[in-house]
Amino acid sequence: MAVTQDKSTKRTRKPEPAMGKDELLDAYSTMLLIRRFEEKAGQLYGMGLIAGFCHLYIGQEAVVVGMKHATSDGDEVITSYRDHGHMLACGMDPKGVMAELTGRSGGYSHGKGGSMHMFSREKNFFGGHGIVGAQVSLGTGLGFSNWYRGNDRVSLTYFGDGAANQGQVYESFNLANLMKLPVIFIIENNRYSMGTSVERATASRDLSLNGSPWGMASLSVDGMDVMAVKAAGEIAVAHCRAGHGPFLLEMKTYRYRGHSMSDPAKYRTREEVQRMRAEHDCLDAAKKMLEDQGVSEADLKKLDDDIKARVQEAADFAQTSPEPDEAEIWTDVLVEGV
Amino acid sequence: MATEILMPALSPTMTEGKLSKWLKKVGDDVKSGDVIAEIETDKATMEVEAVDEGKILSILVEEGTEGVPVNAVIATLGVEGETAKAAPAAAPKVEAPIAAPKAAAPAPAVKAEHHEIAEPSWGETKPTTVREALRAGMSLEMRADPDVFLMGEEVAQYQGAYKISQGMLDEFGPRRVIDTPITEHGFTGMAVGAAMNGLKPIVEFMTFNFAMQAIDQIINSAAKTLYMSGGQMGCPIVFRGPNGAASRVGAQHSQCFASWYAHCPGLKVVAPWSAADAKGLMRAAIRDPNPVIFLENEILYGQTFDCPVSDDFILPIGKAKIERVGSDVTIVAFSIMVDVALKAAEILAGQGISAEVINLRTIRPLDVATIVESVKKTNRVVSVEEGWPFAGIGSEICMTVTEHCFDWLDAPPVRVAGLDVPMPYAANLEKLALPQPNWVVDAVKKII
Repeated sequence: MAVTQDKSTKRTRKPEPAMGKDELLDAYSTMLLIRRFEEKAGQLYGMGLIAGFCHLYIGQEAVVVGMKHATSDGDEVITSYRDHGHMLACGMDPKGVMAELTGRSGGYSHGKGGSMHMFSREKNFFGGHGIVGAQVSLGTGLGFSNWYRGNDRVSLTYFGDGAANQGQVYESFNLANLMKLPVIFIIENNRYSMGTSVERATASRDLSLNGSPWGMASLSVDGMDVMAVKAAGEIAVAHCRAGHGPFLLEMKTYRYRGHSMSDPAKYRTREEVQRMRAEHDCLDAAKKMLEDQGVSEADLKKLDDDIKARVQEAADFAQTSPEPDEAEIWTDVLVEGV
Repeated sequence: MATEILMPALSPTMTEGKLSKWLKKVGDDVKSGDVIAEIETDKATMEVEAVDEGKILSILVEEGTEGVPVNAVIATLGVEGETAKAAPAAAPKVEAPIAAPKAAAPAPAVKAEHHEIAEPSWGETKPTTVREALRAGMSLEMRADPDVFLMGEEVAQYQGAYKISQGMLDEFGPRRVIDTPITEHGFTGMAVGAAMNGLKPIVEFMTFNFAMQAIDQIINSAAKTLYMSGGQMGCPIVFRGPNGAASRVGAQHSQCFASWYAHCPGLKVVAPWSAADAKGLMRAAIRDPNPVIFLENEILYGQTFDCPVSDDFILPIGKAKIERVGSDVTIVAFSIMVDVALKAAEILAGQGISAEVINLRTIRPLDVATIVESVKKTNRVVSVEEGWPFAGIGSEICMTVTEHCFDWLDAPPVRVAGLDVPMPYAANLEKLALPQPNWVVDAVKKII
């Protein structure tokens, strides 16, 4: 169990285990689904079936899954272009996500959005945004709508360490703190904004303190540990639901793959990546905890097989679903009939 | 007893339409659900279905009739056994509503003898400033829909930088009339996020010049999300505020953004001139489920026009208005340039040239039909805008006319626009930079 430090109160705490065996198995299963899905997406990209920009989430799975376990149905989620994991964690159908990656009519946006632009009104997933940092203001608006309606929902607004240098992020921090909006700002600090390390991009040495001018409560979290993420998420959610305003979580995480599919990753060493995979992998850690709690190797193998089959089903669907009808090019520009 | 079939409203903003085709004739039997006629609205041709059963006793509006007001009696339906002779009793009724708009038209701001108002009557009018009309439009919609709210810099406690929202904080409270810090990029994104989650924000920019800070959120988030989400997630939002030159405020505060926004699919762009335009279009913009750019003009805020007082008054987005009927040349303008165009028309009238003046009201979607119909009659067109000429709205008007009625043109289309320079501060230079009535007169005389 990782230690999280509460910067708002300067206390150091070691929370109780945040998940029992069944819940951990569930979390492990979702993380594994994301890992296998992204591996398959990488394969399909290599085969020319997925085109354009495609940003894989491999390595960071514990962040979205831990947060999902800390929140409730109805809480809104919004993120950047590295969004496949968030959608799967929200419960969106892998078939619809994969078919959007291949630009087919069975995709969530009928093939008109692509990897970076997918949404699910039903699952309260608000995208999928391609402009770095824009989703932070939009996510603040999701929190605003909860405040306006007086419900107890919270908006989970994810962004990277790169976006953390955008001006509108701090405009949003100001607005959210000023109006006491229920927004959890989650910085997924995977150490690189494209090819620029966080040390080279930001003068802030501790991103969890980036909300301190507004007195924003915050935590720095081991984002490779799904239990630690959930524990921190619960603190943030309770803070927001109690009407205390926004909360900032810095998730220290790592992406194993390049920024996008065309990234040669010359800005870091192979050894660095290997060390993170070997020593900090979220799936390895969760698997070991499950084994310690008596889950058999056979059961874990079966789970892996089931997930592989599910992902293969999604890949098959994404290749057989037809391309959108040509008439679709003209639909959804405006809401018609008014 | 004969049943009256009324001209239906086929969209929330439809006020009149063209009865383009009857699919039934007198004596035909109709069943509930039968398509009896086709009606052309400003947006589409729609089918009218019968609600009641019976025999068509009379048809009171001929096919091809334009400008048939909503709720006018268009036909009568009788039960089995009744004859068409029953119809004449109903007939006189129809003439009144159709004729009514001309008779009871709202008094225009320029001399009435030059006007033909093809709009339905909204009854009583009273002198109203554009400022009051904008406020009335917003307040009426906020009373009707709790999801509508106003936010922006100084809109609440200060009562609005230009006093558009005066009194609204008192009426609606701080949850619905929200002062923001000076942070356009952030609060615009916040409002767009709220709209994506189903609220209906009105975002006031103190001027549209400041909206450039937020234009990424307007274009990339508000205008494109419906498309990128395959129709799942729209953005019902109004961005409003003064646009274009005010007076002596220099280059950074004097710019027309009409062509910037009109360029983008996924947005509607509205630019009212009169108080009636402001009130009627504001209500339509708030009700519209799409993002609407609402370009006001600071100089017009204090100007007074007769404006319908009715709480039902609304104008359709996408429909231009002929402010003055003429036969020799069509002058197309929007916002404060309508006033310049009308003044030019008055001067031209004194020189024996009859100019038709079109107030666009909406820039996107452009009312191509009204422009084309007018140019087919006058055979000449001059566009007037205060924005820059290159890739401006005038370019679009001229190209539209060229595409749609090239064979009717007796002369090349002409643009009148602001000078292609940043706005100077000096009084004499500023005056030189903005279109004046004599510029329009000269442009017209070049092609006549």
